[in-house]
Amino acid sequence: MAALRAGDEAAFAALVDRYQASLVRLARMYVRDQSVAEEVAQETWLAVLNGIGRFEGRSSFKTWLFRILTNRAKTRGAREARSVPFSSIGDPDEPAVDPDRFQDAGDRYPGGWREFPQPWEGDPEERLLAGEARALILDTIEQLPPNQRAVITLRDIEGFDADDVCNVLDVSDTNQRVLLHRARAKVRRALEQYLEAA
Amino acid sequence: MSCKELVELVTEYLEGSLPPEERARFEEHLGICPGCVNYVEQIRATITTVGTIREEEIPPQTRDELLAAFRDWKPT
Repeated sequence: MAALRAGDEAAFAALVDRYQASLVRLARMYVRDQSVAEEVAQETWLAVLNGIGRFEGRSSFKTWLFRILTNRAKTRGAREARSVPFSSIGDPDEPAVDPDRFQDAGDRYPGGWREFPQPWEGDPEERLLAGEARALILDTIEQLPPNQRAVITLRDIEGFDADDVCNVLDVSDTNQRVLLHRARAKVRRALEQYLEAA
Repeated sequence: MSCKELVELVTEYLEGSLPPEERARFEEHLGICPGCVNYVEQIRATITTVGTIREEEIPPQTRDELLAAFRDWKPT
């Protein structure tokens, strides 16, 4: 922060490289198209530069940055009449796992797995960690409902903790968890299909 | 607790927000069910894998514009 205030361009460039793509992805939750989302992200950086003198360090820089982004994106989204009602978390019964994977009431173990999920330890996990499924994961996240996409981006890509996510997105702790649960479950399913097909 | 119920509690379990009794029942189930052990491990691997995603490079023009804006702003 001190480097930024002192006008250190490399410090600013490092922040842009680190956060720009996530800012754009989050902005896409509130505004219609990619180019508007990019504009909102750029405005956010200008607001950061103009506000840096007033940043008091009570929240982390990251939380502050993403809050500026969501505020601007909301304003922009309201103008475009397409703000996402964040309180709505969608179908309350959306299951994490396809119900067909479990035995029925008349079966031997109702609610038990028909076939166990396979372990990923060893080779599958190494392949995932080597980045093999990167495009698939990004694509899966892209297809998620906007509020699930926002939560998994902040929690699992950006490494925010739960409180920071609630703060940045103005969601309750419970809703944050439900959204994260569904998002992770869908990414897991995509990875499972990918690994089984290979 | 059935397997079908357990998979819906995984996030609360990993967040440490399950009430103690439910946590105990969750862990008891894991103790006897390799399928659910695998499922929880798959979710952990999913989280780790998503965490390794480094963002795509940002368009050079955007970067240049932002750095130009920085130079304009820069206290002299």
